[in-house]
Amino acid sequence: MELHVALQKSFGAFSLDVSFTVRGERIGVFGPSGSGKSTLVSLLAGLQQPDNGIIRLDGELLYDSHDATNIPPEQRRIGIVFQHPYLFPHMSVKGNLLYGYKRSAPANRRIDFDSLVAVLQLDHLLSRGVHNLSGGEKQRVAIGRTVLSSPRLLLMDEPLSALDDTLKFQIIDYLKAASEAFRIPYLFISHSLLEMRIMADRVLAASAGRIEAQTTTEDLARSRMGLSPVGYINLLQLAHPRKVDGMSAYAWGGTELLISADGDHPESLFELSSKDIILIKQHPDAISARNLLDCTVSGTFRSGGKVGVELACGDGRLVAEVVQQAACELGIEIGSRLFAAIKASAFRRLG
Amino acid sequence: MPAFTSAEYLAILLSLKVATVATLVSLPFGFGVAYLMTYRQFRGKVALDVAVNLPLTLPPVVIGYILLLLLGQEGFIGQHLLQPLGIRLIFTWKAAVIATAVVGFPLMVRSIRLGMEGVDERLIQVARTLGAGWFDTIVTVIIPLSLRGIAAGSVLMFARGLGEFGATIVVAGNIPGVTQTIPLAIYEYASSPDGDRMALALCLVSVLISVVVLLLHEYLNRRIARAD
Repeated sequence: MELHVALQKSFGAFSLDVSFTVRGERIGVFGPSGSGKSTLVSLLAGLQQPDNGIIRLDGELLYDSHDATNIPPEQRRIGIVFQHPYLFPHMSVKGNLLYGYKRSAPANRRIDFDSLVAVLQLDHLLSRGVHNLSGGEKQRVAIGRTVLSSPRLLLMDEPLSALDDTLKFQIIDYLKAASEAFRIPYLFISHSLLEMRIMADRVLAASAGRIEAQTTTEDLARSRMGLSPVGYINLLQLAHPRKVDGMSAYAWGGTELLISADGDHPESLFELSSKDIILIKQHPDAISARNLLDCTVSGTFRSGGKVGVELACGDGRLVAEVVQQAACELGIEIGSRLFAAIKASAFRRLG
Repeated sequence: MPAFTSAEYLAILLSLKVATVATLVSLPFGFGVAYLMTYRQFRGKVALDVAVNLPLTLPPVVIGYILLLLLGQEGFIGQHLLQPLGIRLIFTWKAAVIATAVVGFPLMVRSIRLGMEGVDERLIQVARTLGAGWFDTIVTVIIPLSLRGIAAGSVLMFARGLGEFGATIVVAGNIPGVTQTIPLAIYEYASSPDGDRMALALCLVSVLISVVVLLLHEYLNRRIARAD
């Protein structure tokens, strides 16, 4: 997918002025609320008119103020998943799911109804009305409805913001499953860096109506490490724990990580803050932290007065942060050997 | 209860006919105007709003008189449009329909507008991005979701139509068996020396029809609420 956008739109004191070309399948638009992300979504989908500019998707002109090209929303094939599900209240779950499917040209239908229902686990809900669904079920139906319309581009406008944490990570799994199964390129809009890192590869950073940078999610996370109160969040996908003294031991980086969260799930995503990793130069005799990893420094970076230290431990990678003085005292440079001490309770399961 | 003659039965039937036809004829226009006022931005929107609502504040007799001036043989519409087509409206039941439609129109538009304003704009946007054109969206989203407003508007107009007097008497006259509706018949009986019993009986019929209409409205409302 290639999207070229150069748009201006003003309302009152706020003005949106964006210009970017982005290629890829998993694109994020990251920025605080009020940065113009949702306006951008409306303009891309054709729900609002820009003051002037151009929108080109995969070489096709969707909007051009110079020659008055303005493809109406129903012909753009750009689907939206909003923060709230907005299901049609007068239709059943099946009626909602098929609304866009029935209106798509048969030649464009790439998604099979039954396989979508299976991926989003909606089969038992099909004949139900939409009023008695739970929040997560509603959002799954909304995602399915949009995906079934076979859009060329999917705009997800803060689709997880209205959900609590547990539900959020369930829906993330469904979103990932649907996007992997049906390969629809998407723009994932969010103010959450964590969601961005899970859902997107490339990121457009929005601020005050402008796109300030185009970067990778990894670089974005690193650049924000020193500014964020939670530091850099290491995301670890861990599986098949075994029980050890009331803790769970997960295979990682050629060794084992001891984590105090219970290990009922066969597979879990854990977060670990860069602030919760203590770096030591020599192996201590004894330490209360249950994880002492023998690491090699594979890279360093600066962020907001802090030094980010990229650690290689077997095939595992972690980012720790230290202040400048500590970096000097530890003699951190690429290739130097360090021990990383991490408490078992520092890991937090997501979802 | 006095025995009704054919003139009274005709008045009752004519009242029902005029109110029904006026409601049915106005419905597409009422829906169209409500749609424009709710969803479209255009120059002259305020002027349209004032024009639509004017019959609400004007005395019905004034409306009747304006219609008479417009539709009569010397009137602009009468002379240039109706006469060449061989249509005569004044002092026919069709004139009563027009008078009723004009007087009840603002009530209908207001109710439908209220219904439409209750439809979440996002649902309309979702329908558009899912491939529905604007007409498709009207049929599959806006109409079903503003059905309550449409029903209320129709019932209000029908009920208002049953009671229409001032505009009708000016533009359609009070011709028994031709343009005499229930209110006009009551007026005639009430102003004749021994017509009291007949006037009262027709009043009773009026009350009965109104009660039935209101019950029907309530029933429709509940059915729509259940369907939602």
